[in-house]
Amino acid sequence: MADDIRALTTRLADEPGSLAFLELAEALRRRGQLEAAYKVARGGISRYPGLADAHDVMARVLNDQGDLAGAFDAWSSALQLDPMRASALKGVAFLYFRAGDKAAAFDQLQRAHEVDPDDPSILQAIARMGAELRADAAAPPPVETAAAPFQPAPAAESSVRRPPGLFHDVEGGERGLLLVDANGLRLGGSLSGADGSEVGDQVAAQLAGVSREAARATRLLGLGSWHSIAVESPDGHLVLTQPTADTILLAARDPSLPMGRVELLAERAARAARTWLEAQA
Amino acid sequence: MTATQTALDRVTRVAGVRGALVVDAADGLVVAEQLMDGVDGQAAAALAGSLVGRLVRTAESAGLRPPAFVHLRGDAGSVLAAPGPDELVLVAVVGPDANLGLARLEMIGAAGRLA
Repeated sequence: MADDIRALTTRLADEPGSLAFLELAEALRRRGQLEAAYKVARGGISRYPGLADAHDVMARVLNDQGDLAGAFDAWSSALQLDPMRASALKGVAFLYFRAGDKAAAFDQLQRAHEVDPDDPSILQAIARMGAELRADAAAPPPVETAAAPFQPAPAAESSVRRPPGLFHDVEGGERGLLLVDANGLRLGGSLSGADGSEVGDQVAAQLAGVSREAARATRLLGLGSWHSIAVESPDGHLVLTQPTADTILLAARDPSLPMGRVELLAERAARAARTWLEAQA
Repeated sequence: MTATQTALDRVTRVAGVRGALVVDAADGLVVAEQLMDGVDGQAAAALAGSLVGRLVRTAESAGLRPPAFVHLRGDAGSVLAAPGPDELVLVAVVGPDANLGLARLEMIGAAGRLA
């Protein structure tokens, strides 16, 4: 496995425009190197935004990272590009199941079966899901205790189980969300840089004073109080909001997610932050 | 007509735009402006220049390339900014009913041609 990754990395370095990123991202994912897999997949999507395979592999990585909303978006993108993509249909079905919507999961599996009637894993999943639905009709069990009857793809070989954090109820969890105090100190969340390293503290330090500057700008220009700042970079979308007068929240997402969606995510994260801050008071 | 004046013309033609200016982000000074009465060009230049500079550094800290567009949303309108070459920033002050989508496209296109 390590040799494969080395060979694929070398190939991708020699031919940055090749599709080797697909194999490399998948190999890294299976090895549990999820941040590295994410970076490779993100690079591939920026180079090939119209390639369904790129969104598919990104979805598997995000799913393994626990970013279920991100995985849903990525599989949805794959299906927009290739509506007959069985792997993406299976992935969406899995996420519907995780969300407790077994009927929608069953529908997606049936669509996947229509696309690929020879895939035994889909048939098995349909059989198990059908049994679950029948059991639910008799005596519905709590969703939290039900084990997923299928997986969209084998999970990573290793993963770290983390305790729920400040944003555990927000799509994507802690990743790509930062809560910062007025002095530029991080209160919660995390942010990965381009090389996968944690950059939350560095970014938090830059955000000290942003709120004050934004407030001055809108006030002096007769625009009232500020609500949000949206920042579009070729590599990512950032949205800043103000959960409370003394804090600022940053939501960061891949540029494939429309800015409007990042703004909605930031609003939800700001609500979670307010609740958390009230509980700390 | 210079590229800067052309850029300002294109942006200020968009519905809801109260004014536009080109700012030198290095010193926060106005390079050129087309503003409606009541919009303080110097204040807009200094504040937008400073804020955009900070957001550029924030993006760099996050491992991102510099922003192509910034949208500061207020109760009664927005400040839009599109960084261009040579530390120039195209800034627009818009009302709450402005066509933000069109303003964004015009600004990103025009900012790249600033010189």
